[in-house]
Amino acid sequence: MKAERERNDPKTIISGKISGKLKAVYRVSAVVLAVLLFFMLATVMIGMPDIGNKNNPDNNEVAKRYIENGLEETGAVNIVSGMILDYRAFDTFGESCVLFAATICVMIMLRIDGQTKEDDEEANKITFGIRESAFSKIDSRNYEPENDSILKKSAILVVPLILVFGIYVVLNGHISPGGGFSGGAILGAGLILFLSAFGFSATEKFMNAKTVKITTLVSLLVYCLAKSYSFFTGANHIESGIPLGTPGAILSSGLILVLNICVGLVVACTMYSFYALVRRGRI
Amino acid sequence: MWNLIVRHLNDLVAVALFVIGFADLLFQKNMIKKVIGLNVMDSSIYLLLASQGYITGRKAPIITDGVTSAEYYINPIPSGLVLTGIVVSVSVTALLLSMTIRMYKKYHSLDLDYCLMMARGEG
Repeated sequence: MKAERERNDPKTIISGKISGKLKAVYRVSAVVLAVLLFFMLATVMIGMPDIGNKNNPDNNEVAKRYIENGLEETGAVNIVSGMILDYRAFDTFGESCVLFAATICVMIMLRIDGQTKEDDEEANKITFGIRESAFSKIDSRNYEPENDSILKKSAILVVPLILVFGIYVVLNGHISPGGGFSGGAILGAGLILFLSAFGFSATEKFMNAKTVKITTLVSLLVYCLAKSYSFFTGANHIESGIPLGTPGAILSSGLILVLNICVGLVVACTMYSFYALVRRGRI
Repeated sequence: MWNLIVRHLNDLVAVALFVIGFADLLFQKNMIKKVIGLNVMDSSIYLLLASQGYITGRKAPIITDGVTSAEYYINPIPSGLVLTGIVVSVSVTALLLSMTIRMYKKYHSLDLDYCLMMARGEG
């Protein structure tokens, strides 16, 4: 029995097939490769321009244009936000689509079909004693601790603060450091904490598969359609009639506020659905 | 020579982090630890990009007191590149981890060599 267990153990199987000499050769050559890579890259880096020098080749007229004309052309006090959501808005659209594609791919790999509400109720009725393999239908995936009082009481205090802070960071993207990506990550973290503390039955009242789908699709469509005016106005040298407002106010800088909200919603839904898919197999 | 190192300190630290992450990928057998190594490599690239935009003596690119002269702010363009990099890194990590979960479901092991050998043995 012990011999059979030892024969099926991963370590003996591998070490039986790969001899010790080959492992030693692999390790030595890996060390040599890493050291060679370090010296090669360090030599290249020493030949690059100095850090912090104002005459570097990458401090050219593009940066000058963005800083000097940024405020009057985009209306954003935060130059980086004005750059990624006005001058280079299509790049940010591509990034939101990358997050959407990642959600779809993770759903393809981790989603477990055939789960319905009846399965959830039946699994929740099983008591503590029956827990066999990690991935059978009735398993720890559907079991949720009901009376974790430390987590619940701290979540009641902390989750509203996190969500309010996340909304603040999203809305103030054009005035202070922040924007859609960081604010969306904060909102996603608040939702994950709520889910961990109160379970799926409480979270599904407002955050289920339908909400995630509708939110993501509507946000991406609004982003795409809102920025498409520049195809017509840019090539024909027409001024777009979007008002820029006073710099420093919340309702200013044209479409940047709307785009920040769209990006923030996409990021929050993506973070939430990653966690829900790993935890349970469906959003 | 010491002067040369000090002038390029950010770049050299980024290269060191990159090689450490790469060594993680080579030496670790556990799949989760390899994913951590990939994340360390990503962080080194953010450090490299963000430090290329810095200019000594100037401030962050948020317009204060109405000063819009280009002599007061650092270069804002590399910060935009870092944003794209972070989004790509998050997506790649999520995909790698979900593939690790599928691999564990089938072979009940997180060791990459063992799973490859089992896959070749079966198919």
